[in-house]
Amino acid sequence: MDHSEETHVTVLPPNKEKIKKLWTVAGILGVITAFEFLIAFTMHHGPLKTTIFVGLTIVKAGYIVGEFMHLKYETKVLFWSILIPIIFIAWMLVAFVYEGMAISLVR
Amino acid sequence: MASTSATVAPGKSAWDGGVSPMGVSYGKLMMWFFLLSDAFTFSALLITYGLVRSSHHAYTGTVEAFKFSQNYWPIPEKVYSSIPFFHGLEAPLVFVGLMTFILIMSSVTMVLAVEAGHRMDRPAVEKWMVWTILGGIAFLGCQAWEWTHFITGTEYGQSVAEGTKFFGANLVHNQYGPPDFADFFFFITGFHGFHVFSGVCFNFLIYYNTVTGVYDRRGHYEMVEKVGLYWHFVDLVWVFVFTFFYLV
Repeated sequence: MDHSEETHVTVLPPNKEKIKKLWTVAGILGVITAFEFLIAFTMHHGPLKTTIFVGLTIVKAGYIVGEFMHLKYETKVLFWSILIPIIFIAWMLVAFVYEGMAISLVR
Repeated sequence: MASTSATVAPGKSAWDGGVSPMGVSYGKLMMWFFLLSDAFTFSALLITYGLVRSSHHAYTGTVEAFKFSQNYWPIPEKVYSSIPFFHGLEAPLVFVGLMTFILIMSSVTMVLAVEAGHRMDRPAVEKWMVWTILGGIAFLGCQAWEWTHFITGTEYGQSVAEGTKFFGANLVHNQYGPPDFADFFFFITGFHGFHVFSGVCFNFLIYYNTVTGVYDRRGHYEMVEKVGLYWHFVDLVWVFVFTFFYLV
């Protein structure tokens, strides 16, 4: 392999602060998942349990999209271009689950 | 990317041309909008699942007294309660918890590869890409096991007619509950697994290009970032599948 062109590449030292932050986010995701397991076996099935699970899932999704996918640090217009459609999707989910519960009453 | 955050001339808007108004390159922006459209597809599947599931009766008794029945939707800790090599051991959600852990860890190694790419650090990108690929393959292996167990079923089975029993699940019969339950399981986890498989292929391509020095010659590692976005999205979808299929 020709090594002459690789001499132009400047390798920077690891960004310790950034790497530490990424591992912190990973730790938070792990702790939330462990907490979800705890709830799965200690709480009775019901609307409260479901609400907690959905809430924790949204927190996890926020960390993955915001930190790992870096969306939090992108321009405002990109941030909202992604988020606004998702808000409509969330509403669609709520509406259809509500509709399904109504169907179960007449079954 | 410094080249995309050009300053806007006085009296001009960022949308008048010459700069990227969203501050990212064309490729990255298109990846974001592809992922948004992919999110619509997954949402369509999950919303349909939510509608059909909530239109079935829920199980109201205690967890201990639970029995598989066609009359109500099963509770997840009774369906997914096996781990490989420990036949007969009740270990609810342990295996799927391991799968979740594997996928989150491979997301972390991916973001570390992206960080190394920003620094043009080729050996570090190679190292973290190998870990990411291994994580993806491990997840796919677990899923193959999960599917095999789901299709094969438990020894209890489900009586379908006088004297006949059905074991496991396919698209028509399902020992665990209503057939719809198995259909959604196959479609949603299958569609997600297909994404993981494509992701592993893309990751391997990135790894190959890194090793052969393509990105060093190009002068940047942005492809690692773009495929990284896709890989994180696959992890993100799993977070939702995990909640709606295995926890709720």
